[in-house]
Amino acid sequence: MIAVELSKLLRRPHTWISIALLCLLPAIVAVFLAATDVAPRPGEGPAFLSAVLANGALFPAAALGIVLPLFLPVAVAVVAGDSVAGEASTGTLRYLLVRPVGRTRLLVAKLAAVMAFLLISVIAVAVTAYIVGTRLFVPEPGSPPTVVTGLSGSTLTKEQLAWRTALVILYIAWSMLGVAAVALFLSTVTDSGLGAALGALAVLVMSQVLVTLDAASSVKAYLPTRYWLAWVDFFRDPILWRDIERGLLVQGVYVVVLLAMAWANFMTRDVTA
Amino acid sequence: MNSVISTHGLTKRFGSVLAVDSVDLDVREGDRYGFLGPNGSGKTTTVRMLLGLVFATSGSIELIGHPVPKRARQALVDVGALIEGPAAYGHLSARTNLTLLDAAGARGPRRTRRARVAEVLEQVGLDAVGRRPVKAYSFGMRQRLGLAAALLRKPRLLVLDEPTNGLDPQGIREVRDLLVALNEQGTTVFLSSHLLAEVEAMCTRVGVLDRGRLVLQDDLAALRRPTGRVVVRTADPDIAAGVLDGQLEQRDGDRLVVRGLAPEELTALLVHAGARITELVSERQTLEEVVLGVTSSGSDRVTGGAARRFSGRRRAS
Repeated sequence: MIAVELSKLLRRPHTWISIALLCLLPAIVAVFLAATDVAPRPGEGPAFLSAVLANGALFPAAALGIVLPLFLPVAVAVVAGDSVAGEASTGTLRYLLVRPVGRTRLLVAKLAAVMAFLLISVIAVAVTAYIVGTRLFVPEPGSPPTVVTGLSGSTLTKEQLAWRTALVILYIAWSMLGVAAVALFLSTVTDSGLGAALGALAVLVMSQVLVTLDAASSVKAYLPTRYWLAWVDFFRDPILWRDIERGLLVQGVYVVVLLAMAWANFMTRDVTA
Repeated sequence: MNSVISTHGLTKRFGSVLAVDSVDLDVREGDRYGFLGPNGSGKTTTVRMLLGLVFATSGSIELIGHPVPKRARQALVDVGALIEGPAAYGHLSARTNLTLLDAAGARGPRRTRRARVAEVLEQVGLDAVGRRPVKAYSFGMRQRLGLAAALLRKPRLLVLDEPTNGLDPQGIREVRDLLVALNEQGTTVFLSSHLLAEVEAMCTRVGVLDRGRLVLQDDLAALRRPTGRVVVRTADPDIAAGVLDGQLEQRDGDRLVVRGLAPEELTALLVHAGARITELVSERQTLEEVVLGVTSSGSDRVTGGAARRFSGRRRAS
């Protein structure tokens, strides 16, 4: 069943269009930066962009920083929100269930397909950004070619940079799984994929607003988006694990609770669509 | 005979609305069962409960010997279904749709998949267009695809909701012939419909649902029993009326309705009297009369009134 869901995901033009758009945005940013050589000042604009001009190998991380706040959550929410509700609104859900495919199995397969989608998108963004970055931002002749400067001012070797970027990819994918879990739960509640996606985005926007609100500081640590930007700490030397660990934990709780809710709801629901 | 579908006190309540009220269905192996009822009488909800999509409020269901929904999976592998119209992924071809559906569940061996898909596409007459994306199909073609999906694993029981909806007369005939042929090979057919003519043409047993209650369940042959009256057309109606006298119930030009005489007695009597018979037939109840006698008007009729309506031609909504 998982293979069937993956095949459905990969056969949808929709999937490839959203991945292409996700890759396109950082590329556009890169073109502007390379053409003008005007970088945001350090501490302003998306993380890392200021450092990118010096070395294109940092661009994958910067690209992820560009798509993380809005584009990536939207794409993930749309795919996850559509997973069950989309089948319901086309009517194919009832035919899958009487095929018969067990409801638990169907939900697990849908989750696997969503996870595949978010891993593919994050990796696609990182890979295209690496290609674009290394082509457009050639290191200045003076600086050593294998070394980049991390956020703490110390230097990272090429190998260090590679595996830290890999960790960032996993961390961001894990953060996105939280979004996917919200959307998947809502997808079992409503028969409208769009409704589920918008609902998940509403949750995120609310969380983003509360994170910046000092009056909400008492709940801040439990908000799903609170530690989204903690991936930046992977580029400190040594890696600053505190926020990363908390981020993993908070997302993990959200994922487990919401998936359990999605399962409980789907198992007991009348399928009337 | 084994029972293929049997329900006891099956009831479904949506909030304050009682959609299905204490239904005891009994469909036996080899039946061509016609499940009739006006729009909104609870047919679809009943079908969905049989297939484990909707959970009953109370009552029990047994499908091919397995309790539903508890062991729905064991039962459903032997069931092919068409529920409230076909559904498919529009951007994929009929072939790919069927392949994915077959791969999704148990008992769809990969080895024979391609051959089985080709076979059902041919059965429903879609083999020529099997590679075009479904979004380019007409409604009738989608209906055929839905039927193909139901037939894919050679089910023991076919549960079909309005299978000829959207088909032209030629297509309706093809589907009917196909279902009868499958039934003769041993497939039980459960046909939910509001088309009396369709059920009358094809089914051997009939159940009638009205406002969620099963008001009638019997063999079609028993329902269409003779009324005891004989209808005769004669070239000499006056002579015939003269000898019949007391038995003549109704006279309408050359058409006489006679009660209390067997057809052979009547023939002898008229021939003896010299009345030339052009047609003589013992009257049977039509399914329409039987069904209209036990049902009220469909629930999609909002403005009350005495007129009873039971759409025999097309879907009202």
